[in-house]
Amino acid sequence: MSYTTAIFYFFAAILVFAGLRVITARNPVHAALFLVLAFFTAAGLWMLLEAEFLAITLVLVYVGAVMVLFLFVVMMLDINLDKLREGFWNYAPLAGFVSVLLVIEMALILGSRHFGLDVMAAPAPHPADYSNTKELGRLIYTDYVYAFELAAVILLVAIVAAIALTLRRRKDSKYIDPAEQVKVKRNDRLRIVKMGAVKREVSGVRGEEKNP
Amino acid sequence: MESAGMDWAAVQTVVWTLVKIMALVVPLMLGVAYLTYAERKVIGWMQVRIGPNRVGFQGLLQPIADAVKLMMKEIIIPAGANRGLFILGPILAIAPALAAWAVIPFTDTLVLANINAGLLYVMAITSMGVYGVIIAGWASNSKYAFLGAMRSAAQIVSYEIAMGFALVGVLMAAQSLNLIDIVQGQAGGLHQWYIWPLFPLFVVYLIAGVAETNRAPFDVAEGESEIVAGFHVEYSGMAFAVFFLAEYANMILIAALTTLMFLGGWLSPVGFLPDGIVWWLAKTGFVLFLFLWFRATFPRYRYDQIMRLGWKVFIPITIVWIVVVGGMMQTPYGYLFH
Repeated sequence: MSYTTAIFYFFAAILVFAGLRVITARNPVHAALFLVLAFFTAAGLWMLLEAEFLAITLVLVYVGAVMVLFLFVVMMLDINLDKLREGFWNYAPLAGFVSVLLVIEMALILGSRHFGLDVMAAPAPHPADYSNTKELGRLIYTDYVYAFELAAVILLVAIVAAIALTLRRRKDSKYIDPAEQVKVKRNDRLRIVKMGAVKREVSGVRGEEKNP
Repeated sequence: MESAGMDWAAVQTVVWTLVKIMALVVPLMLGVAYLTYAERKVIGWMQVRIGPNRVGFQGLLQPIADAVKLMMKEIIIPAGANRGLFILGPILAIAPALAAWAVIPFTDTLVLANINAGLLYVMAITSMGVYGVIIAGWASNSKYAFLGAMRSAAQIVSYEIAMGFALVGVLMAAQSLNLIDIVQGQAGGLHQWYIWPLFPLFVVYLIAGVAETNRAPFDVAEGESEIVAGFHVEYSGMAFAVFFLAEYANMILIAALTTLMFLGGWLSPVGFLPDGIVWWLAKTGFVLFLFLWFRATFPRYRYDQIMRLGWKVFIPITIVWIVVVGGMMQTPYGYLFH
């Protein structure tokens, strides 16, 4: 067993375990954290495939941003898992049918008939100065530029739509325009009152606090 | 499983790499210790105080005394805390802070791992640092800690975007993701450094870096006067010290990255002096001094002001400047932006 194969099995074992724990963990925060672990391990596997751009982007986007917001939400919600698990056995047959269907579909495509080593040989390892990122960028901005731009525009529309749907102007907001705020002068906030000094008769000296 | 199948060369590589990692982490930890000393001294002087001066000559052994004290203290785990995650929090805070150092070059040959997507790697690893804070805040089962964690999560995710865009400008100018290539693209003296063509991005990166490390004036995650000490309020002893180490290791990392990407790394500012690690240390030290200076100068931002600055000021600035750089590169004046 070579070093790379050992690493592959190590990562694969962690990935399968983390994936299983995502759906079996009772605490939703734990489940989300196992999903983070699964993403991170999957990135390690992609690294073994010399797809370093995709691997790093997976960590950067999914682990670094998406899952942070996901955790954010999961931690704030008071999720009652027992309620979610109600009616598990009612849906079990349907779910079982769908999962068997999925397994059959995947087996048909991903079996060794199409992806075996005799059909698809392992790609030759690239030299050390090969940049996966540069190759990907070149392809995206030349051969697939229309598809790429279309996807970008669709995403932009989705962003604008999501903001437009949830935007509401609250009447009780205490928002102040910072441009107005910085114009404040001393005289707007502060009034200095001149008072003549008045001597007061002191009847008894109150005990001064003495520091030991 | 028999060990005969394992490559002997692979084992040697692993051991040798571990030795190199130790050679990187030990000086880094010393740097962290003395950064805390420098911080207390510098801020002390700025506020016309003396700063630590009791342990050792001029207080030079103060960080060692602090470390020993923290190691001796008990780690208290609150009764309602989520035990496993409570311990995992500090670990997840320090691991990315150290792992990112793997690709930081000190000179053109002195680097642990010279990978061609170094800049992306640094961005990906540092983006994981927020988990330590979030998990610590949640697992502590304390309202203050949780509020700190929530503030930190929102803040770090917001500033990461501006930071990422600032780095896009750098990689456009350098046309490489490799940190050594980025520094070598700035060769030729002071006027070639990327700080000049990318000045708006430099400012955004530096300020976003302060925010990413939860340093004053962006330290709402701790906010002593509002939420006690934020996410690490329930931590004591070494578990607290690990958060501390992570924060300072991240500070040095941001300073080092600023040096590499905008200030020419180990390159000498003038032609007649040789390049070398001395310049790297001097520039990083200067950026770290800025961090301390900010802390001594500015009052803490209010939470909504932080969000406004990140989303409505920094992100538009970076996007506009990326377009400017890209456009200028197509004109005869493009050489100014390389």
